[in-house]
Amino acid sequence: MDTQNISLLEGREKQVYEKRAGGAEVDIACDKTSLSGSVSQRACVFCGSRVVLYPVADAIHIVHGPIGCAAYTWDIRGAVSSGPELHRLSFSTDLQEMDVIYGGEKKLYKSLIELIDQYQPNAAFIYSTCIIGLIGDDIEAVCKKVAKEKGIPVLPVHSEGFKGTKKDGYKAACHALMTLIGQGSTEGISKYSINILGEFNLAGEAWIIREYYEKMGIEVVATMTGDGRIDAIRRSHGATLNVVQCSGSMTTLAKDMEEKYGIPFIRVSYFGFEDMSKSLYDVAQHFPDRPDIMEKAKEIVRDEIRKYYPEMQKFKAALAGKKAAIYVGGAFKTFSLIKALRTIGMSVVLAGSQTGNKDDYRALKEMCDEGTVIVDDSNPVELSKFILEKEADLLIGGVKERPIAFKLGVGFCDHNHERKIPLAGFIGMYYFAKEVYESVMSPVWQFAPRKGGKR
Amino acid sequence: MTTNASTMTAKTATQNACKLCNPLGACLAFRGIEQCVPFLHGSQGCATYIRRYLISHYKEPIDIASSNFNEETAVFGGSHNLKLGLKNVSQQYNPRVIGIATTCLSETIGDDVPMILREYEALMGGAANLPVMIFASTPSYSGTHIDGFHAAVRSAVKTLAVGGAKKNLVNLFSGMISPADIRYLKEILTDFGMPFMLLPDYSQTLDGGPWGEYHRIPPGGTSTSAIADSGCASASIEFGSTLEAAKSAAGYLEAQFGVPRHHLPLPIGIKASDRFLALLEELTEMQMPEKYEDERRRLVDAYSDGHKYVFGQKAILYGEEDLVISVAAFLREIGVVPVLCASGGKSGLMKQRLQELIPDMEEQGIEVRHGVDFVDIEHEAERLKPDFLLGNSKGFTMSKKHDLPLIRIGFPIHDRFGGQRLHHLGYRGTQELFDRIVNTVIEERQKSSPIGYTYM
Repeated sequence: MDTQNISLLEGREKQVYEKRAGGAEVDIACDKTSLSGSVSQRACVFCGSRVVLYPVADAIHIVHGPIGCAAYTWDIRGAVSSGPELHRLSFSTDLQEMDVIYGGEKKLYKSLIELIDQYQPNAAFIYSTCIIGLIGDDIEAVCKKVAKEKGIPVLPVHSEGFKGTKKDGYKAACHALMTLIGQGSTEGISKYSINILGEFNLAGEAWIIREYYEKMGIEVVATMTGDGRIDAIRRSHGATLNVVQCSGSMTTLAKDMEEKYGIPFIRVSYFGFEDMSKSLYDVAQHFPDRPDIMEKAKEIVRDEIRKYYPEMQKFKAALAGKKAAIYVGGAFKTFSLIKALRTIGMSVVLAGSQTGNKDDYRALKEMCDEGTVIVDDSNPVELSKFILEKEADLLIGGVKERPIAFKLGVGFCDHNHERKIPLAGFIGMYYFAKEVYESVMSPVWQFAPRKGGKR
Repeated sequence: MTTNASTMTAKTATQNACKLCNPLGACLAFRGIEQCVPFLHGSQGCATYIRRYLISHYKEPIDIASSNFNEETAVFGGSHNLKLGLKNVSQQYNPRVIGIATTCLSETIGDDVPMILREYEALMGGAANLPVMIFASTPSYSGTHIDGFHAAVRSAVKTLAVGGAKKNLVNLFSGMISPADIRYLKEILTDFGMPFMLLPDYSQTLDGGPWGEYHRIPPGGTSTSAIADSGCASASIEFGSTLEAAKSAAGYLEAQFGVPRHHLPLPIGIKASDRFLALLEELTEMQMPEKYEDERRRLVDAYSDGHKYVFGQKAILYGEEDLVISVAAFLREIGVVPVLCASGGKSGLMKQRLQELIPDMEEQGIEVRHGVDFVDIEHEAERLKPDFLLGNSKGFTMSKKHDLPLIRIGFPIHDRFGGQRLHHLGYRGTQELFDRIVNTVIEERQKSSPIGYTYM
């Protein structure tokens, strides 16, 4: 396949690296805003905030701005709730031209009062979108006023799309959560307790993880934000340890909680047998005075792996030698996916993320095989180029990456927010392998032009 | 707000919107121009969200570039970012056309995009060295996605069309319809032997085959030379009951080059399809090909076979105003009462246009509401107790909650497969719609029958 003519954009070369024997040190220029005119797979500050706070199910989420931002984020994630489902509704102040001219504060105030009366939420999050940053609405003042009148937390989220990258949106969301934390009573919380951070309960994943920890004898105070509840968040400062997944989004919060409440944190990942096991052991290690917790962790790992091992061998036999490309939001997930793919005999030829940092990419290089391409903030043209050049059999990504794979006759695994099948935990690894197997081994590819089908 | 028996209280916020924003429509329309890359002048999120939204329906790669505003851009203006973006997108995609649309952000800071484009042209040594640049102003704080769609189409024509000696050529501005509908319209025009220019044609770019090699821009779309010829066409046909000449492509061509504009509702149902085909007969001075007579006969026959299932059934219909208007008229042809015709759009013309097509609208108890959201529609559903819902997949929440069957039409269809291949227009599209409606009613009856008939 001729991909020589697909060139990298000027200004993008430093965000692409190929691991070669004796090659240069990895020095990926990341943490940059996307290049103008490049079709970045990233979204914006608003998206970062929305992603983090979305699963809080007993709060209303109001997008202050014109209709688009709310319309495109209405019920688009598989973040499930065991109770209220206010997060699945879409609220917008739907600003019109006159509001832009005269300001949207009054409309926001009225909207808030009406929505709180109608839905009786335990809190409200108000997301600022691009033009709020321009027209200068005093969101803080409106929020304060409504909070006072209605007696619930009304939290501004400064997520104007253009004010940074998705990561800044994560920070704005963490900041909003931080204002809630500390408001609740910590009475009765066990010394052997944790918060689960950065787990969004996609397809019920937080429930799976929570159950493991509870089986170990650990109390889970709050999951942030999967199946999230305002009251749980408010008392989460009573936990002994913060366990952080999706480190890109939630490390800020963990650091703030460490500073303010002295709660240490560890980074974990729940994807793949290896990392899932480690995340149980690491937590157990934090409670050395209770050896039974570690014993229990070992027991869970043993039992679970035994349960899925035979099936995994079947998948591995079929998939051995196949090649995968990974392009996901956070770099930490990429590490786990590389390990998980190795478990089923697959190698990784392209690894990248939207929001990794220098340390992430250095670690990524260590893990990767020779010839693996590492990309930061990539785009469809680059992804296609490397998928073709490296002859990948599978792409792991989200909705925006899916059609690239399918057009080129390559299997696909959805590892993004829309997934409806849990991929975390031991059972999640089984589903992951199953999904990869079903896509890579499908007989439909025989008709794909690249696999010998008719052109 | 209507003064009917509605239980609705006035509400300020929009809840579960029954509309999308202006730039989405423009991106979709630009996708229907050959070798064109849509480009949004605003924040990165706009492009990415819109891509995701379109991809979930069309299941095709949809690249939309962005000028990716940051704080400095917002303060000092988007000129630098736009120029750099145009340069980059040209380098990476080598497009023949770049379709530029604004967002709320660039509109609010007051960027003068046409001026920036002129500067860019001068900077790059003149327009001859550059892709054609089509610009549409699409502030998200006014109108809906359908306005962006028409703005982009009008602007494509404005940018490219040239006048001259009249040619044996018909322009068809078919509006926001499915790729399958576009293919069918092209088939009809071809069968009439009429040279045509259909814009925008995303029948292939948004519903194409597998790729043997990588395409920067998917093949297909209306070519720039075809759009250029539109100024010399003998007539334009334009669908969309609420689309006014002052905002439309055909309106522009009529005013600028004297190309007569034939304005029709979307041809859904027998009467509206007859009107469209009669117009083609008139313009081509040719009889309707036998194939379509056959399609029409089969449709009339199907109406007789199925009429008893659907007579008196009540439907709530929602979506873009033009789709709602045409589908409502079709429902009246088969005896279904669209008890509520609802749209998030606010052209102010929906009621009047419906009245023209359904003169006994009031007696039939048909209510019309514009500028509504799904929470409003849901409230009305509780009162009106329809037998089924007809609209895009975003009505599913309401459909599930109230256990009402939902017949999916239009855009978006995010929860079913093949939305891009659904037909709505002409005899063929009407046939498909009719079959689906009848089958929905039959399915409901079968499900609710304790006997469990194996024939219905």
